[in-house]
Amino acid sequence: MTATAGRKPLQLSDLARLSSVGLGTRKLRAELSALGIAIGVAAIVAVLGLSASSQAGLLNEINQLGTNLLTVSNGQSFTGGAVELPTTAPAMIGRIPGVHQVQTTGTVSGANAYRNPYIPAPATNALTVQAASLSLLPVVATTVAQGHYLNAATAQEPVTVLGAGAAQRLGIDRIFPGERIWVGGQWLYIAGILKPAVLAPAIDSSVLVGYPAASKYLGFDGHPSTIYVRAENDRVNRVDDLLAATANPENPNQVNVSQPSSALVAQADAKSALNGLFLGLGAVALLVGAVGVANIMIISVLERRSEIGLRRALGATKGHIRTQFLSEAVLLGLLGGAVGVTLGAASTTVYAHTKHWATVIPTQAWAGGIAASLIIGAVAGLIPAIRAARLSPTQALWSV
Amino acid sequence: MKYTLPSTPDSYAVAVADDFAAGGAGVPVLDVDNASRSYPGEPPVQALRDVNLTIGRGELVGIVGPSGSGKTTLLQLMGTLDRPTGGRVQITGLDVATMADNDLSYLRATRIGFIFQQFFLAEHATVLDNVADGLLYAGVPLKQRRQRALDALDLVGLAQRPHARPTQLSGGERQRVAIARALVGHPAIVLADEPTGNLDQATGQSILALIDQLHQAGSTIVVITHDHIIAERMPRKVEILDGHIVADTGPAAPDDCRLRPSASFVQPPVSGHHSAFSIADDPS
Repeated sequence: MTATAGRKPLQLSDLARLSSVGLGTRKLRAELSALGIAIGVAAIVAVLGLSASSQAGLLNEINQLGTNLLTVSNGQSFTGGAVELPTTAPAMIGRIPGVHQVQTTGTVSGANAYRNPYIPAPATNALTVQAASLSLLPVVATTVAQGHYLNAATAQEPVTVLGAGAAQRLGIDRIFPGERIWVGGQWLYIAGILKPAVLAPAIDSSVLVGYPAASKYLGFDGHPSTIYVRAENDRVNRVDDLLAATANPENPNQVNVSQPSSALVAQADAKSALNGLFLGLGAVALLVGAVGVANIMIISVLERRSEIGLRRALGATKGHIRTQFLSEAVLLGLLGGAVGVTLGAASTTVYAHTKHWATVIPTQAWAGGIAASLIIGAVAGLIPAIRAARLSPTQALWSV
Repeated sequence: MKYTLPSTPDSYAVAVADDFAAGGAGVPVLDVDNASRSYPGEPPVQALRDVNLTIGRGELVGIVGPSGSGKTTLLQLMGTLDRPTGGRVQITGLDVATMADNDLSYLRATRIGFIFQQFFLAEHATVLDNVADGLLYAGVPLKQRRQRALDALDLVGLAQRPHARPTQLSGGERQRVAIARALVGHPAIVLADEPTGNLDQATGQSILALIDQLHQAGSTIVVITHDHIIAERMPRKVEILDGHIVADTGPAAPDDCRLRPSASFVQPPVSGHHSAFSIADDPS
């Protein structure tokens, strides 16, 4: 015999074959212990994937609604009283360069809306009565769900359009001719119901009437309380800076200016704070999986004493045995991780699809999942592998 | 011939091969020199005491003794699976005591073949891969391992069934697979621990016949058994009792190196076959 090669670590292909055969002989148990890791990784990937997808969905929705909407509303004076916006404000804002649409609502103070005159006065349902300008809807990015919005004719008459929330609270889900509600001691006929206005939630809980009708029937003073401004996309910030001073040049600090979309973006970011809890649960599942892998590997060392002894007799070094058991544990972890990433990605895809979101699986979620399962396999397999290598070949072979 | 261990594995392997090939005629395959093995305890258990045994190339030796006599301990020392607590064990001229654990592993991978009573086959691997595993730790590539495993299977008469699983084989066939695994690396010495212990009498005979055939082909084989009838048939018989070698017939004469025919072995009759079994069969 010629010695062609000396002592060497096993080739990677031999190691892969050894460890897959090793796991294959105990298929069910290997699958069960890999399942622990799979569940943990799936939970982590799904949580990260779902929150990223929902965020992407929300941001997409916000972008569709437009991020160029600015609102100007009346603020408070030093003494705490409400400061009304000047009636000239909308026209002045309309002359700021970059502004292309200005619409207003004005709160009709002292008027409440009821289903009919028999409802007790305190049961206001937290509804506000607002005078509204005629092209409000496109500016706040909503449309009519039923009926019609106010027009130049109906704005003069005792006619109202209900916000989505207001209609719900009044118990009105469809419109028929002659249907009316009792507002400020007056019957108002319902012309339409709006869809929810995501960018202007105040509209949702409002009962809207035309400016002339509000003055004529409800004693409205004509001052706008909220001005909705659409600016050109690239000039939003510049317009934003000018709004307060333009709306109320005398007391610019008594005007509130906000950008509803930025508040929503912040809200979308805040939503992912809850993820910590689910990530924690995923981590616990991973830990349990790791214990499972360690357990099966230790049992496997006990069961395979004769195999270990035989391999030592065939010339395996302690290092060969250690590497074999360690690579089995790593392979087990890796299988669990791969299954987990697949499951997590699949559930994210399915859920995102039902919600019409784009599926987003962050790289750190799947790469981290695979890496974590690999490390877990290695850590969990280390002690069993060392124990297997320490086993004396004579004990392993002759005390079976 | 004194041999010092080189530092690098490759040069070591080459040196072992060269050393044994060139000086092989003068160097015994196995030299147990005054070896003792005691196990710690109160009082310490003395499993082997001052054992001297030299086995030359091409010998077929039967080591016989009752259970507890120390024959398994002797096998463990001869197979470098254990080290003596006193004395010296040399395999192909290499002193086991001076070698590191990893070097001993390589020595086993390349120089020693083992055959066990329990076969120790991997049930989920094919017969071919079981045999090929005998070369795994000698650093032979997979393709070559399988080719040589086929040759070894041919040697034991199982060349037709390389892809069977051990569970599909009879006991005798399984032991043949294990023998092929021991032989696949062309080891300097094959150590068989009760090779017929788990087999019925007729199958045991065929395994002994195979061992004789391999011996005729040049293999050095040591058979450990508790069965005197088997040991009697070996060209050289070593008797061990209470950790001592009590009898050794010495190396056989060249004209007397065949397995002797079994005096007690009669073809079992179709009925009442217990007569044959009661004489020669394994009592365990």
